[in-house]
Amino acid sequence: MPETLVFGKPTALTEVPTHYCPGCTHGVIHRLVAEVLDELDLTRRTVGIAPVGCSVLAYNYFATDFHEASHGRAPAVATGIKRARPDLIVFSYQGDGDLASIGLSEVLHCANRGEKVTVIFVNNAIYGMTGGQMAPTTMPGQVATTCPLGRDVEQAGYPIRIAELISTLRTPAFVARASVHSPLHAVHAKEMIRRAFRCQKEGRCFSLVEVLSTCPTNWGIPPAESLTWLEQHMLPYYPLGVFKTPEGPDRAPLPLFGGA
Amino acid sequence: MAQHDVVIAGFGGQGVLLVGKMLAYAGMRENKEVSWFPSYGPEMRGGTCNCTVVISDRPVGSPVVQHPSAIIVLNLPSLDKFEPLLRSGGLLCVNTSLIHRQPRRDDVRVVAVPANDIAIELHNPRGANMVALGAYVGSTGAVSERVLEEVIQETFAGKPGLVEANLQAFRRGVAIGRGESTQEVTA
Amino acid sequence: MAKKLMKGAEAMGEAAIQAGCRLFFGYPITPQNEIPEYMSARLPQVGGTFVQAESEVAASNMIYGAAGAGERVLTSSSSPGISLMMEGLSYIAGSELPVVVINIMRAGPGLGGILPAQGDYFQATKGGGHGDYRCLVLAPWSVQEAADLVQDAFDLADYYRNPVLILGDGLIGQMMEPVEFKADRRPCKPLAPKTWASTGWKGDRPRAIINSLFLDPEALERHNQKLAAKYAAMERDEKRVAEVGTDGQYEVLVVAYGTVARVVYTALDDLRQAGVRAAMVRPVSLFPFPYEAVRRAAEKAKAVLVAELSTGQMIEDVRLAVEGRVPVHFIGRQGGMLLTPEDIAARVRELAAGEGSHA
Repeated sequence: MPETLVFGKPTALTEVPTHYCPGCTHGVIHRLVAEVLDELDLTRRTVGIAPVGCSVLAYNYFATDFHEASHGRAPAVATGIKRARPDLIVFSYQGDGDLASIGLSEVLHCANRGEKVTVIFVNNAIYGMTGGQMAPTTMPGQVATTCPLGRDVEQAGYPIRIAELISTLRTPAFVARASVHSPLHAVHAKEMIRRAFRCQKEGRCFSLVEVLSTCPTNWGIPPAESLTWLEQHMLPYYPLGVFKTPEGPDRAPLPLFGGA
Repeated sequence: MAQHDVVIAGFGGQGVLLVGKMLAYAGMRENKEVSWFPSYGPEMRGGTCNCTVVISDRPVGSPVVQHPSAIIVLNLPSLDKFEPLLRSGGLLCVNTSLIHRQPRRDDVRVVAVPANDIAIELHNPRGANMVALGAYVGSTGAVSERVLEEVIQETFAGKPGLVEANLQAFRRGVAIGRGESTQEVTA
Repeated sequence: MAKKLMKGAEAMGEAAIQAGCRLFFGYPITPQNEIPEYMSARLPQVGGTFVQAESEVAASNMIYGAAGAGERVLTSSSSPGISLMMEGLSYIAGSELPVVVINIMRAGPGLGGILPAQGDYFQATKGGGHGDYRCLVLAPWSVQEAADLVQDAFDLADYYRNPVLILGDGLIGQMMEPVEFKADRRPCKPLAPKTWASTGWKGDRPRAIINSLFLDPEALERHNQKLAAKYAAMERDEKRVAEVGTDGQYEVLVVAYGTVARVVYTALDDLRQAGVRAAMVRPVSLFPFPYEAVRRAAEKAKAVLVAELSTGQMIEDVRLAVEGRVPVHFIGRQGGMLLTPEDIAARVRELAAGEGSHA
């Protein structure tokens, strides 16, 4: 009886085993991106940009051409690649320290110029690679190595909501937040990623998907419980959904007087 | 003469950078080595403005000249600033329409040009810079008058009305520079 | 093509376009704004792209991206902005990408001033950013040479897969001189196809990974040694120097680069007429520095005078070249003040007469 392949590895991923910690959801997000690239037939003309952070070695795992960026500058690098070669599909894959802290300027201006690139923003509420320091996305009260008593909002303010922040800009085409803490959420996340890349494929401007992710190692929580922790602590603060679509209205602020 | 170097100075808006470029361009047309260097930065904002033009038979050394062989000054602050720097025996073209003090140097040649008055008389009030340029060219022969007239024609080719007006202004200046004309102004 | 009277800044922009550069990323800063302004108007006319970046940090990473995708790319800035680009330059050098960067130097440190200076010599020639790397550094003294060197810079960058810095100053950017672009110009180096560029992997070549990360220390050491061999090749093959009067007899050798050398050139004229014998060596490439040419010329003099618009930076390379055989003296201005031919001539006279050895 002939065998029929019903499930396999996306061609956009290499055979290299990842270095990610047990229970980390980076691998899931890598796979979702790779599946989308394959399904949209983009893999062979895609160039990715790896950040500085846990996914610094993403170029070993994606079977596409890749640039390694300096810390936070991936959207600027993406701008350079896309402007040089508009025929390429360009995406950056960045963590929360990289994008929301040191690289906030680059991502905001890349989004605001409407660069025809896609940003995959992985938010796990902590610095992973450097060993669990506080991130701009760390939850209030959450313990990190540089806030051993928990994030004090009097000192460090509240976590940055990147999807909401970017969606206040008029230019970007597609901004969404998703999560991968359950299979159902992962299916939704893949759909968000698909819509983001489809925007780029259609020549529309900037798209960004924020993906909530776990970091059992630095959270100090076992993998299975990490998924629950994400659901209980991050989801209420970081709502999932689409914040901006190509067809959607500009989110203009309400008028001070005479507003509805 | 191996080298002519001149500082052209006045208020922003008097067109000193433009006539400097035209002079340099004329020199280039004559296959001479030329350089044009402007004042820039805060100096230029609202206040005086100047440029240095060097025209030479040999490659131009310093494009900035400490003691120029000529200065064209269109306003009083420029006279105050550059008169002391003029090389001994140099040429001082002074716009007597706007500068009412006498030059203090007695070791330089002075060409007094009522540039604004002549420009107004010619119904070309913005042409004072051309009059002053003419006086310099007429006096020094740094470039040929014919070539500079060609440059005027090219510079204002897009605004034909200005070509004739500026040629007239330039020629009036040349006449003064050559000493063929008195400084009397009928306007 | 006929001669045109052009500002140095614009001539450098046009030179980039003539060299096939179709991409510019930059951020405004005085005194070089004429370069981005020129490129923003000119690039669309030739199907190119101009992007005003949000910062010099971003600009330096945009050129990293564009160069990695295999295209010729230019940025320009002035001293404080170049400092911000040092991150990108280190990565570009580490990843072996060809870019051309123009620094129209202004007076520093810090915000400094906006007038011409040469205080970025160390930064340009000794690294600037972190890590063990070099940029090829070229310093024009005229608008024509600026245009020529910018065109050569693109060829050199591609050949060595290395950043090339054009080190000018406010004078060279602002002044106008006649420029000629030769229609039949040929590349100054043989150019190979950029098979290493990230253009989408279709399985017909190794994947293009544009990268400076080597976590394995042995691999990184091999990479460092590969870079070092490249810099050694530059030192062997890319020295550029101009000399004035070194074939004759002279008491004093002046060493200067960029527009300061113009001032020296005028001073030498005045000195010759006064019967004082002096000559000049003008390094055109600052890295690689023309040590041998300086040493050869210095050996014929009884004193060497280094003239710079700084408190003395290139003088260290001149001392290395001269190796103590001849006393090396310094004359400089700072803060945006310029050396005059009179300043230089006076100092040369002192040295020729055997005075002024206090410096």
